[in-house]
Amino acid sequence: MSDPLPTDTHPVQTDRRTFLRKSLPVALAVASMAEADPPDATKAAPEPQGGSEPDQPRRYNPSEHYYGMAVDPGLCIGCGRCVEACKTENDVPREPFYFRTWVERYTAQADGETTVASPNGGIGGFPPIKEAGVLRTFFVPKLCNQCANPPCVQVCPVGATFTTPDGVVLVDHEYCIGCRYCIQACPYGARFLHPVTRTAEKCTFCYHRIVKDLVPACVEACPTQARIFGELRHRSSPLSRFMRFNNIQVLKPHLNTKPNVFYANLDGEVR
Amino acid sequence: MPQQVTRLVVLFGVMIAGLVAARSWLIPKTFGAIGHYRAAAIDSVTATKVKYAGHEACAACHPDVAALRVAGRHKSVACEVCHGPGAEHVESPSEKRLSAPRQRGYCPLCHGYDPGRPSGFPQIDPATHNPMRPCVSCHQAHAPETPREPEACGACHGSIARTHSVSNHALIACVRCHQTDKRHKVTPLLSRPTKPTQRAFCGQCHDREASSPKEISRVDLATHEPNYVCWQCHYPHFPEAK
Repeated sequence: MSDPLPTDTHPVQTDRRTFLRKSLPVALAVASMAEADPPDATKAAPEPQGGSEPDQPRRYNPSEHYYGMAVDPGLCIGCGRCVEACKTENDVPREPFYFRTWVERYTAQADGETTVASPNGGIGGFPPIKEAGVLRTFFVPKLCNQCANPPCVQVCPVGATFTTPDGVVLVDHEYCIGCRYCIQACPYGARFLHPVTRTAEKCTFCYHRIVKDLVPACVEACPTQARIFGELRHRSSPLSRFMRFNNIQVLKPHLNTKPNVFYANLDGEVR
Repeated sequence: MPQQVTRLVVLFGVMIAGLVAARSWLIPKTFGAIGHYRAAAIDSVTATKVKYAGHEACAACHPDVAALRVAGRHKSVACEVCHGPGAEHVESPSEKRLSAPRQRGYCPLCHGYDPGRPSGFPQIDPATHNPMRPCVSCHQAHAPETPREPEACGACHGSIARTHSVSNHALIACVRCHQTDKRHKVTPLLSRPTKPTQRAFCGQCHDREASSPKEISRVDLATHEPNYVCWQCHYPHFPEAK
């Protein structure tokens, strides 16, 4: 990432530069008087809220990791346990409009119509369908694609959503102003506005779990191992192995969002 | 120094000082430390409480059940899928107890019949499968037994069996056309039955020269649409369909 503090990188006229150079000591003196604790970013950054070192034996280093997830829709049975686990783990509101992950059922009819349904995200299962005239039907789990080129981060006017060094897109709930730009920008419909905090919410890959060497709650809860979570840049990870052995696609590749959630042997109807 | 320069210096000094003060007041601490965001936000996300303890946490205290589970067909189903989040239970085992879903509605979430589920996944119709009886009264949830081998093909291929049973081909056994290994009943996807590949297979009965009962409809295989195989036009499970 570039340096966010706009320092004087532009070429300036010599007169102005001389003037600034002369007035700099004055400005610094005033600044030091007005501000007892100057915003010295380099000092405050690495350990912003201390106190976690004695508890954790091995410090988590985000630059050693780069996470991704693969989904095998061929294994998904649409039981909705991932949605249930996600809502429990992350305190997602129980109303049927708020989901960090959800399961869709695609039903391709012989007449060319394809319908997509996700009643309450799939938590309570799916209602029976009439099989007459159905060509094929299958389940597709959806979640935030943790794009490497995320449109939601690009549009945030305040820098409240961002990509961590380990490739996860997070929301800063204390800094989010609730303008909903990111919700509009996300082509996967993966974000929503939390009804209580009025800030944007999304899947975090269970960031609080993965930094403790646990897998995300949805991966933990999937009874058929339809979701594989792991390191994208390590050849020996279960994720890399899965991606070597399967035909891998991403959702909406034409949008150049570069998702880090991959789908194996995806049906052409999935959008 | 001329007076106007002094005034300008003071004016610019105040403006710059105001700017610096405003920046330090408005921009949060740690903003920009890593990227264009508040670095401390990562810590507030990380501070979220873990509720699912993970599949490795249970075996330490429940080794017998864990051993039973990993040897059975539910080996890929983590304990917390059915018993709920267990991080609190790991911390204070006697105060925060977990429950088990013993009611009938729970198991069909995975095992109720749905055409979208992968073929071979064990499924039942909850409306007709021993109605009202809790699943756990017959099935051991930690190590469910191998389902009894289906006796007839129709147990799994119901719609084909029903169509076939009212067709002109009703008396032809499935295995006459599909050579089926025993293992297909246990691992249906790993041992698939064969299908006829030659026109001559249908010709055994339907060719003009075939030595079959004369009620069977006949064609001259040599001239009857020689560019196609039979099942491209005729549905063998219901051949009279037009």
